[in-house]
Amino acid sequence: MYKYDKIDQQLVNERVAQYRDQTRRYLAGELSEDEFRPIRLQNGLYIQRLAPMLRIAVPYGLLSSKQLRKLGDIAKKYDKDYGHFSTRQNLQLNWPKLEDVPDILAELATVEMHAIQTSGNCIRNITTDQFAGVAPDELFDPRAMAEIMRQWSTFHPEFALLPRKFKIAVSGTKEDRAVVQMHDIGMEFFKNDNDELRIKVWVGGGLGRTPILGSVIHESLEWQHALSYCEAIIRTYNMHGRRDNSYKARIKILVKAIGIEAFKEQVEAEWVHSKNGPLTITQAEFDRVSAYFEPMPYETLPANDASFDTQLASNPAFTAWVKRCVHPHKTAGYRAVTLSLKKHGEAPGDASSAQMHTVADLADAYSFGELRVSHEQNLILADVKLSDLFTVWEKARAAGLATPNIGLLTDIICCPGGDFCSLANAKSIPIAKSIQAQFDNLDYLHDIGDIEINISGCMNACGHHHVGHIGILGVDKGDTEWYQVSIGGKQGNDASLGSVIGPSFSAEEMPSVVQKLIDVYVQERTPEERFIDTARRIGMDPFKAHVYAESEEVTA
Amino acid sequence: MSQLIKGNQIAQNEWTRVIPPTFGDEPVRKQAGKVVMFKLHDEETFTQKQIDATEIPATGKILLPLTVWLAKKESLATRMAAGEIGIVLQTHEPIEKLVEAFDDLNSLPVIAVYVQIFADGRNFTLGNLLRTRYGFKNELRAVGDIMRDQLYFLKRSGFDSYLIKEGRNAEEAIASLNDFTQPYQGASDDVPVWRRVNRSQV
Repeated sequence: MYKYDKIDQQLVNERVAQYRDQTRRYLAGELSEDEFRPIRLQNGLYIQRLAPMLRIAVPYGLLSSKQLRKLGDIAKKYDKDYGHFSTRQNLQLNWPKLEDVPDILAELATVEMHAIQTSGNCIRNITTDQFAGVAPDELFDPRAMAEIMRQWSTFHPEFALLPRKFKIAVSGTKEDRAVVQMHDIGMEFFKNDNDELRIKVWVGGGLGRTPILGSVIHESLEWQHALSYCEAIIRTYNMHGRRDNSYKARIKILVKAIGIEAFKEQVEAEWVHSKNGPLTITQAEFDRVSAYFEPMPYETLPANDASFDTQLASNPAFTAWVKRCVHPHKTAGYRAVTLSLKKHGEAPGDASSAQMHTVADLADAYSFGELRVSHEQNLILADVKLSDLFTVWEKARAAGLATPNIGLLTDIICCPGGDFCSLANAKSIPIAKSIQAQFDNLDYLHDIGDIEINISGCMNACGHHHVGHIGILGVDKGDTEWYQVSIGGKQGNDASLGSVIGPSFSAEEMPSVVQKLIDVYVQERTPEERFIDTARRIGMDPFKAHVYAESEEVTA
Repeated sequence: MSQLIKGNQIAQNEWTRVIPPTFGDEPVRKQAGKVVMFKLHDEETFTQKQIDATEIPATGKILLPLTVWLAKKESLATRMAAGEIGIVLQTHEPIEKLVEAFDDLNSLPVIAVYVQIFADGRNFTLGNLLRTRYGFKNELRAVGDIMRDQLYFLKRSGFDSYLIKEGRNAEEAIASLNDFTQPYQGASDDVPVWRRVNRSQV
């Protein structure tokens, strides 16, 4: 992974000093609340319902074991002994003290980490596929480009105060796992017919109050122009994006208002001036950064392992885990492993300090000392030998990290919600827990198969509810919490936005609502169909009829 | 009294910003009962009535709103020639209108970019474009809601003088012009770090 040189280290050190002074001025009354707000937000610090929340950047989801241990130590020292991994592959602390944040940043800087631009109206953490570099279907490892873009976007002077937040995702696979169409800019790297690296660029996607999938603005951009083209897009947005209404300030609203063709014309007119200029990425810089992402020193291994096959044949619990949590790898004899942070009854994405240490130890012993955070809020060991899987499973299981539910109903994507977040209309974690309790039977979960349930506590959509096969959105109706349910959303290449099935439900009703949706699916599915396939084939009506029919009987 | 930072130090402010009067009947946009502070691109800055009523000091160096200059330029030609007039551009005003208003932008001794609220980051793009695209070489001044925490970004966006808002300590703010030693990206002041230094040797 990328290692800081003196320039990177100096920058984060200077940031710590800068933020320390900003905090000092705020506490001394030299900065008003309104003035301090954008400053602390650009450093990931929210003032929340119960305490501040600090969001720590995990660039494109990649962590070293040393960094994860430090995060565990920080959670223990400054927080309540746990952290929350977010859908932007970052780590959030829910209970730090505002006055402690400069010290936390200083500790982070010792392991090449920071909280720069994890919130605020600026370019946010650039996200990518959690299997980057190891996925068999990968055409291009996007991590070097993600790092080049991370550096470019860090303290970008022109884009420090955009109309609204700005999210970029990069991907290098056929099967999109980085949800590029849901981002302000999405970049899909591919090789053209002449084997040249190109980028398909999407713009104006996003969830939130107005969910829109991105539009293609460039079909085949030469990689050297990635930065100048992004600058042309963001400059156009900075000048013309709406600032008068924060709900209409995302780039998607601008693109939609003037149309993708007109927007593209403006961007191209802007780009003429900077194309081939100093922003053009040189081969030397690309090579320098790429060197940090060379393949791991893999052993030459056979494709099969006898001990693994034996365990697989004799241990059903291990088999269930392998089926859900172990993923193919480019290199023979290796696999990627997802450590589930979705244990039933625990808040999705939460990890205790002890679990962080366990995962760091596992990474050191079995996966070259590195790990990844997925936008589904799980942790990944990307390079585990087939012969080590059984041991990894046993150790992960002992730490509560081996729930074999990846991709299953209880692998719920969930924002912190009203328990923590001051933006939330409703709680989300208790809904996730009650659904997990309703479906706390692994055989049944495996029978239901692949399904994604995404929960957001408000329309800001941190829980990506629009692209959940079942999406749940917390709404506020006269001081009580209600939940709006949609079905038919999906991430990936054939992404779609879900449709709301009807009037919202109380928290108590939610497990049975999900149960009824599943009942319809189980009854209607063909043998090969996943929930989303059935939902797309038969449409909304059968689901709607079943969910609402019975509740009407009850009230009648 | 607002203090001016120029050339890394507190400097005498020789320029008086001319502000059109308000009559209370100017159009105000509201959203959920609150006045919208941000004007949209190309939205009217001052009404004709405000422009007509603007009093222009008879002597001294003055910063005029672009719209006022355009309305009164005939009567101010000699003062412009004498170098007594600079132009204030607001962040929602199209930069092209400024550029088209002068045969040579560098005939202006100073251009000031005004932000009403510091969260309005359009001034960064305007500064950058004035320097890199339109070749403006004279003083580029940030005015309005300007505070310490924007200075580093303003500097990198081509500004070289900063009128710190009233009640703020400008002496202390000077330090923030150098918050960071070696920025990553290219901007109006420099090329990207990988073109600046040989990073494989760092």
